Amino acid sequence: MTDNWEIVIGLEVHVQLATNSKIFSGSSTAYGSEPNSQASLIDLGYPGTLPVINEAAVNMAIAFGIAVNGTIDRESIFARKNYFYPDLPKGYQISQYDSPIVSHGLLTTDPQDKLSGVPIVRAHLEEDAGKSIHFSRQGYTGIDLNRAGTPLLEVVTAPSIHSAHDAINFLRRLRELVVHLRICDGNMQEGSFRCDANVSVRPKNSKELGTRAEIKNLNSFRFVENAIEFERSRQIDILESGDSVIQETRLYDEKNNQTKSMRTKENEHDYRYFPDPDLLPLEIKEKQIAKISQNLPELPDTKRLRYGQDYGLSVEEISVLLSDPLVSDYFEETLAHGALSAKSCFNWITGELFRLLKKYNVKISESRISPADMALLLGKIESGIIPTSKGKIILQTMWEDGKLVEDLIKQEIMNLSTGNENLEEWINETLSQNKDQVTQFLSGKKKIFGFLVGQVMKRADGNTDPKIISEELSKILQNLKED
Amino acid sequence: MDSSFPNELFEIVEGLKKKSFSSREITAEYLIRIKKSDPEINSFITLCEETAIGAAIKADEKIQKGTGNLLTGVPYASKDLFCTKNIRTTCASRMLVDFLPPYDAEIVSRANSHFLVMLGKTNMDEFAMGSSNETSYFGAVKNPWDLEKVPGGSSGGSAAAVAANLAPIATGSDTGGSIRQPAAFCGVSGIKPTYGRVSRYGMIAFASSLDQAGAIGRTAADLGLFLNLIAGFDDKDTTSIEKPSEDFCRHLNSSLDGLKFGLPREFFNSALDAGVSSIVSHAIGEIEKMGGKIVEISLDNSNLAIPAYYIIAPAECSSNLARYDGIRFGYRSVNPESVEELYEKTRSEGFGDEVKRRILVGTYALSSGYYDAYYTKAQKVRRLIKNDFLEAFKIVDFILSPTTPTTAFPLSNEKEDPTKMYLQDIYTIPVNLAGLPALSVPAGMSDRMPIGLQIIGNYFEEARILGVANRFQQVTDWHKLLPDLILDKSV
Repeated sequence: MTDNWEIVIGLEVHVQLATNSKIFSGSSTAYGSEPNSQASLIDLGYPGTLPVINEAAVNMAIAFGIAVNGTIDRESIFARKNYFYPDLPKGYQISQYDSPIVSHGLLTTDPQDKLSGVPIVRAHLEEDAGKSIHFSRQGYTGIDLNRAGTPLLEVVTAPSIHSAHDAINFLRRLRELVVHLRICDGNMQEGSFRCDANVSVRPKNSKELGTRAEIKNLNSFRFVENAIEFERSRQIDILESGDSVIQETRLYDEKNNQTKSMRTKENEHDYRYFPDPDLLPLEIKEKQIAKISQNLPELPDTKRLRYGQDYGLSVEEISVLLSDPLVSDYFEETLAHGALSAKSCFNWITGELFRLLKKYNVKISESRISPADMALLLGKIESGIIPTSKGKIILQTMWEDGKLVEDLIKQEIMNLSTGNENLEEWINETLSQNKDQVTQFLSGKKKIFGFLVGQVMKRADGNTDPKIISEELSKILQNLKED
Repeated sequence: MDSSFPNELFEIVEGLKKKSFSSREITAEYLIRIKKSDPEINSFITLCEETAIGAAIKADEKIQKGTGNLLTGVPYASKDLFCTKNIRTTCASRMLVDFLPPYDAEIVSRANSHFLVMLGKTNMDEFAMGSSNETSYFGAVKNPWDLEKVPGGSSGGSAAAVAANLAPIATGSDTGGSIRQPAAFCGVSGIKPTYGRVSRYGMIAFASSLDQAGAIGRTAADLGLFLNLIAGFDDKDTTSIEKPSEDFCRHLNSSLDGLKFGLPREFFNSALDAGVSSIVSHAIGEIEKMGGKIVEISLDNSNLAIPAYYIIAPAECSSNLARYDGIRFGYRSVNPESVEELYEKTRSEGFGDEVKRRILVGTYALSSGYYDAYYTKAQKVRRLIKNDFLEAFKIVDFILSPTTPTTAFPLSNEKEDPTKMYLQDIYTIPVNLAGLPALSVPAGMSDRMPIGLQIIGNYFEEARILGVANRFQQVTDWHKLLPDLILDKSV
């Protein structure tokens, strides 16, 4: 039955811009500070205060516009969106309405095909509201205005996505893009990348859009997927039973994995948008756009193609590297320090290094092992000077004791050669304590050789390369034979 | 009144410079006058006796050391919508009755950095909405010329204080005539500069695209001196205009010979009071005598100014005043049952009738389905009105008109019909819609009440407007008249 229906999804993504200060005031935007410690008089909406636009936020929006090949409006207008809410200090949110800074863009979802993808209808600048924290048991609500005035870029797609899978794919690509542009940290848990989904269904082959529900509160990719799937079934059930879907805003409830009605169209706010008289139209000069365009970092699509062609990495491996530009930077920097295999470089970074980052809960930018050190170590491992198992230990020691990689490698090589110095002694001891086995070997039982190597290894405490042991042992046994 | 102290700002500056008196002495004199006369006039909401004396002592030190500026030690009054750090700023509203701003408005900081002495905060119409000063939560201001009459509004406290010699100069704000109309009613001079000339930072907003700070004083020359202090670019106000600094007194003595003065035919019609008309005609005659050429011009769309203004100003006000919700500052209703009730009660109890009326009108005008019919159309009218002025200034250098259609009216006369009150600003509102500079000077008396002449100039022509006004004041002495009330007190 569900095959008779087509789902239509449009997404609205709030991308929190990674500026140091707020969009209309000088307050810090850092996450997690004491409530209301980062709210200035402007953020609090004090009488007489006025907003002044943060140029950095504008430049980030322009960078996004260029990256999605959109139109960047030379004169865009800030508007007031009026509604009352305790965490909205001025009683209005400064946003853009009629003329957004970016329009008519396209986010490509297939790097091979520049024309396919999801159309970006618009992307506009706006300020975030604060947070209400409900202490229902105590019977009051706390207001934290640290977030009030944080710059957001609201990215709105056309209703042109037709599955939850494609919606997630789009969101991953969008997140990848904004983190590579360095305009957003992409942290969904902290709310730096939030999504609302407009979902409707219509009979297959129909051109008209069905009545949509707007789903809010989707702060993980999984929730987006679950909510869309739930909504699809809910709406199809309604339509198949002969009823009609009502236009409403619904809230995703992650505990019960369902969407619940929040307010219907009749109860929607009339936002009474009008141009903000405190802010002049935002003028953008050609020169400004050209400068940002020149300094634009390599975009993920280009990187994706390059990683495939130059390094032979798989699609999944590339995605892991692209999820954070700092990881792909680390990867490329490591490779740049030595002629290493990209594959082993990928494995070491996403394996051992990630394990250490996770263990000590730090970001890759704060890694105690530099790409240069990593390259040096991997070079020694690849050329067989240091065994893989030793490499892992060296990595951990570098991290934990902060020792220089050069010293650790030298030490290790010394240990190995120290082992060599005593090797003859260990072999002789082993042979004298295992006379029976030696006799058996000399009489032609070649299999005994492995046992003898193992015994020498024991004495060497694992510090000597078994290859060297074998060579030395067979030399000595050969001598015995000749004697 | 102690005759050893002058009344005009220029003379006070001279006196302080020559050390004829100290800042402390003249400040004390003004405080005494306020305490004596203001219980009747009600021009001050808050008197800053202690801080004023403290500031005067500091100013005297500066003057002694020779490290002061031109206006150091000069007493002035501040309209109670300019935020003053730790001094309550009420906007004459119950909503802000105990509001202590944690910061100074830009023009207050400028005055402080030059060590002027703020005597107190003057009364006004609530949130600057009104033309009679009767909407103040702190009671109406009385016109010093006739205590039964209104002083005009919204800067009625500032105008009445200057008229009664309770301050040599006072700040004001003008959204639709709020400096010029009370200046005219009280027989003093008042200037509304070009929109963007003076920073709006810290001036509590009524209608942001129209609000402009200015000053009320006894003479045009005094206004020029004061404008030199308060005007200038401020990066905290995006709408303030970046221009090289200039001396607003530089044209005070420029000749009027050959300058063209336009008289809009739409302003001189039957609606104009006969007394006002004859006085204004006489004033125009004085300007003609000094070499000015009088030209009849047309401002075709000026009849649309009031309806357009009463869409745009309330629309902006409905949004600007949304922040008074009882959550962070200001009045808060007690024991609300829900957040909705908190909003409803706080705003119902905290705002007066006129403010509520304008919030309702503005909310309606911006509502979906009505926006284009009202707000968009009003903005179109605004552009037409601006174009009318631009066309006129291709022909003339200045435009002359009465400041108001009548002299001051009796208290509580127009309260019942707000739309009648709105017509008070028929000659002043078009200037705000266009963002032009204009000034009102005393031009005569009718039935023992003052009448103002409005001089409108092109953008950024404040210095020239002040020049015309000063030349006019050199040949007239209407600005020197004092109300009987003050003269009686001095006996």
